[in-house]
Amino acid sequence: MTYTAPNPFVDEEPIVRIEGVTKTFGSTYAVDDVSLQIFRGEFFSLLGSSGCGKTTLLRMLAGFEAPTAGRIYIDGKDITDVPPYRRPINMMFQSYALFPHMSVVDNIAFGLKQEGMPKESIKERVEEMLDLVQISALGGRKPHQLSGGQRQRVALARSLAKHPRILLLDEPLGALDKKLRERTQFELVNIQERLGITFIVVTHDQEEAMTMSSRVALMREGRIEQIDTPRMIYEFPRSRYAASFFGSINLFAGVVESQDEECINIHSEEAGGMLRVNYSHPIAIGSDVTVAVRPEKLRLLTEASDQPNTIEGVIEEIAYLGDVSIYHVDLVSGKRIQFTQPNTQALAEQPLDWGQRVTLSWQSQAAGVLTE
Amino acid sequence: MSGLGTKVNWGRVGIATFPWFWLGLFFVLPFIFVLKISLAEPQLAQPPYMDLIREFEDGFMTLVINFGNYRLLLEDSLYINALLGSIKVAAISTLLAILVGYPVALGIARAPAHWRLPLLMLIILPFWTSFLIRVYAWIGILKNNGLLNQFLMWTGLIDTPIDILYTPTAVYIGIVYSYLPFIVLPLYATLVRLDHSLLEAAADLGCSPIKQFLLITLPLSVPGLIAGSMLVFIPVMGEFVIPDLLGGPNTLMIGKLMWTEFFANKDWPLASALAAVLLVVLIIPFVVLRHMEQRSEEVE
Repeated sequence: MTYTAPNPFVDEEPIVRIEGVTKTFGSTYAVDDVSLQIFRGEFFSLLGSSGCGKTTLLRMLAGFEAPTAGRIYIDGKDITDVPPYRRPINMMFQSYALFPHMSVVDNIAFGLKQEGMPKESIKERVEEMLDLVQISALGGRKPHQLSGGQRQRVALARSLAKHPRILLLDEPLGALDKKLRERTQFELVNIQERLGITFIVVTHDQEEAMTMSSRVALMREGRIEQIDTPRMIYEFPRSRYAASFFGSINLFAGVVESQDEECINIHSEEAGGMLRVNYSHPIAIGSDVTVAVRPEKLRLLTEASDQPNTIEGVIEEIAYLGDVSIYHVDLVSGKRIQFTQPNTQALAEQPLDWGQRVTLSWQSQAAGVLTE
Repeated sequence: MSGLGTKVNWGRVGIATFPWFWLGLFFVLPFIFVLKISLAEPQLAQPPYMDLIREFEDGFMTLVINFGNYRLLLEDSLYINALLGSIKVAAISTLLAILVGYPVALGIARAPAHWRLPLLMLIILPFWTSFLIRVYAWIGILKNNGLLNQFLMWTGLIDTPIDILYTPTAVYIGIVYSYLPFIVLPLYATLVRLDHSLLEAAADLGCSPIKQFLLITLPLSVPGLIAGSMLVFIPVMGEFVIPDLLGGPNTLMIGKLMWTEFFANKDWPLASALAAVLLVVLIIPFVVLRHMEQRSEEVE
């Protein structure tokens, strides 16, 4: 597979260029030699579990932390040493950081007043922002009189009011409940598309990153694990960590036996046979690899087969989730895998039951090869 | 409504009424005594004032109320000047204490967490020495051949000693020194709770550090500023030790005057009248402040 990321932005000059940025706190590396480019109009996510350095990276973009090494460029201009109040960047804080002594209107107008914008234009812009985030009726309230969701909207309106070139969002939906979060995800994307502002979002929620982003940078221990579109990172994770971070995945350890034009053949004890996976890069025969298959890529066969990519096992657990059911299958090798089946009929006779022996298979292009 | 099922929670009633009880016993009651004495006539006896209710020879009980003390306070410019002088000293001292105390409080609040407690201890430490001794020590520092003048002459800034002791400057130095912790502690308590991300948000929206302070830190520290100012202003109004020891004979303050009336002139009724007037003068700004606070709470 010679896929390159279908990124519609790569032809342009990047709006953000991070070059070899490192940040240490004492002897710990919060961010370790990170380089990446973000393009105009992107909805870019920095994703990772807590402590992976994503927030530190965002704070360095905002100017609240100075990199220990490396440079940060915006529109080709080195801003590494520019203080936060002179950067064409605004940030929406995880805690929202609304000024408690000011009304909603004054909070939103705050940045515009600092700019010295005329009063009339400020009023207009504030109205526009209140309208954009649909809280026009709340302009006179103080932050403590608002619900969590309303505060989130004020914070968003305030950070957007100056029409920054780049908006940084630190866990923008983190404090909202699940329902509100799902609704707000799409709203954020709509607002971003309407205003054409580059969004850089920090999140620990892979689903959120998948739903909203044009590209995702998965971080781990201060380093970038993989940068790709959500689809690419899900379908073709580059490492075991990336594979298991996004949803569930079945991993089979194996040894490369042969390579032909488009595939490699792998012998896997765990899978109990030969596996055949699309792979076009040269790879050494005999090297250890991992084959990764998503649970939804597995197909149920009616009879046993000796074709490659076929595994057999016994159903041990069934989880009914409504739209799909997840089946846990113990293979002959003792390895437990998962596969999912859509529940296409409401009251179908249960086609699969506990203890049932099943044969599963997948297509050679449905799996990925992980070398690290 | 029948009272059925409503049990009186005596513990809660006790907690609610205890402050009132305390206030009544140690403030209202003594103040009634003071008020009573202020309305009496002085006499050369023990106690040095006459009863308000007297039995004359004809057997009638008579209530004799003497407003003369209050009239004297209004008529004699000495007392009004002393009151105005006290207000002036208290106001300037409070301002100076804020100017010195605010940076100290801010510095401690922004210091690394493990430094804050030792720094606060340094602020409180002088309290472990007697107040009087500390004020006396200032005499040694401020007098003409004292440490300060010696130091200034050694640096060559001045040739002859400058008069500081027994001037208003000495009084301000003494007061600001003595009352500094009272402004630092409440200010620190307010500033340390200030959410740092608010300052970052202000910086993010275009505020330089100075503007961050003026637009965010300062307005949000007003509660601490008010509490600290009251803790300085009110006691300084009645302060008499510092002006007596460090100030010259011309330092006119109501606390000093009260002391003189009580102990030198033995005019208890007049001193009591002074105390009553001082209380009223102090209560007015407090009530106004309370009122403003309540109104701003209603607006919120």
